Amino acid sequence: MTDRPIKVLIAKPGLDGHDRGAKVLARGLRDEGFEVVYTGLRQTPEMIGTAALQEDVDVVGLSILSGAHMTLLPRICAVLRDQGQGDILVTAGGIIPDDDIPALKAAGVAEVFGPGTTIASVATFLRANVRPRD
Amino acid sequence: MAGTAGARAAETRAAELSEAAVNGDRLALARLLSAVENRTPVAEAALRRLYPLAGRAHLVGITGPPGAGKSTLVSALIALVREAGRSVAVIAVDPSSPITGGALLGDRVRMQAYASDRDVFIRSMASRGHAGGLASTTGAAAAVLDAAGFDLLLLETVGTGQSEVEVAAAADTTVVLEAPEMGDEVQAIKAGLLEVADIVVVNKGDRPGALRTASQLRAMLAAGAPRLPGDDRPRPKRPEVMVATATTGEGIPALLAALDRHRRTGADPVGTARLARAEAQVWAIVADRVAGELHAPGHSKSTAAVFAAVADHALDPYAAADRLLESLGRDRPTAPSPRRDP
Repeated sequence: MTDRPIKVLIAKPGLDGHDRGAKVLARGLRDEGFEVVYTGLRQTPEMIGTAALQEDVDVVGLSILSGAHMTLLPRICAVLRDQGQGDILVTAGGIIPDDDIPALKAAGVAEVFGPGTTIASVATFLRANVRPRD
Repeated sequence: MAGTAGARAAETRAAELSEAAVNGDRLALARLLSAVENRTPVAEAALRRLYPLAGRAHLVGITGPPGAGKSTLVSALIALVREAGRSVAVIAVDPSSPITGGALLGDRVRMQAYASDRDVFIRSMASRGHAGGLASTTGAAAAVLDAAGFDLLLLETVGTGQSEVEVAAAADTTVVLEAPEMGDEVQAIKAGLLEVADIVVVNKGDRPGALRTASQLRAMLAAGAPRLPGDDRPRPKRPEVMVATATTGEGIPALLAALDRHRRTGADPVGTARLARAEAQVWAIVADRVAGELHAPGHSKSTAAVFAAVADHALDPYAAADRLLESLGRDRPTAPSPRRDP
């Protein structure tokens, strides 16, 4: 169904306490017509998995500034796959060195958005790459 | 449309998802809820199957102004209900933007602690333009969760004002949350939200003024004239007024006890709420089908012309409604109409 809103989970995995960027993105995607579930700070991969499952989201957007992305992001992708949601589009943002991006993509992250990315370009990417759904 | 490949596929998928959801598959349950929200053919087929299984859960509506503490109260209730070993599902509704259709669903922020507990299921819903405090599909979503076997269903509305009373029809028991110092005694005797409450909770009970707010509410809500023998006109409920502090859990055990008591022995029998709910559900489907038929390919042009004529004041709205109702069923020569022989 093409006219249903795309549902996005914006989550902050790990221990950093800065969610300004996540909130700005959540608000921006709301203005782009997405339904955005925001779950707040300090989420474990399991908490993010449960929220993604119960909410049946199309996209999981992960904001991480702590440097733990190589540990946490692949774990989250694995949790989603294990619970039958391997078709969710997983994206990441925050402070992630370019050198780490190929490994993250290999682990299941579809795209990494660094500082300076516009909301419009995130929205365009999500619309173009979200899985088709029944 | 019965018999087409699409309808058969929807039927198969609905059967698959319904059976899995009833047997505890949480992903299937989540997918069903999406189908319901998006009003797909799968949803209708699934609801036909699941409705007979529903009706066992206690549906509790939680409503009140933005920031009164609805999500925090829900979270505190979940903790207590789980201690008692009962399963609980939450539908938390937040508003959709009237401009873009987007929504920010933030109620989960206050309900974090239950990630590994499969007897807690929390689902956010955007209101998608529906104005009564819930989404138009919340009742159907509640039926799905009910059929999936949850003991307690909490329906958290969008932050409400004075007149979003729809939750009272959707729930067996309606809890209205107030915060201290939100208004004087005149606010408490205005018609609307407070009239449909079964239980009024003054939350943030640790704030100054909470006890005074509660006693003002008690005084004014109890002030109605007593019912005389033989008078069976509908009248506002006389809610119990309680004080709670959701952040600390104080007063929550008393609230849970009041919910259970209301379910067993409510002054307004819970049967009334269920009848109102059944009526609202059926009317919503009738309205949907009428609108769907009037916008279907054979009709949409003449329907649009009628709207345009009203906009131009060439036709009055009542005559327009007559015309639309007359045109229903006209292009369906095969439609079975009940025939009564004289």
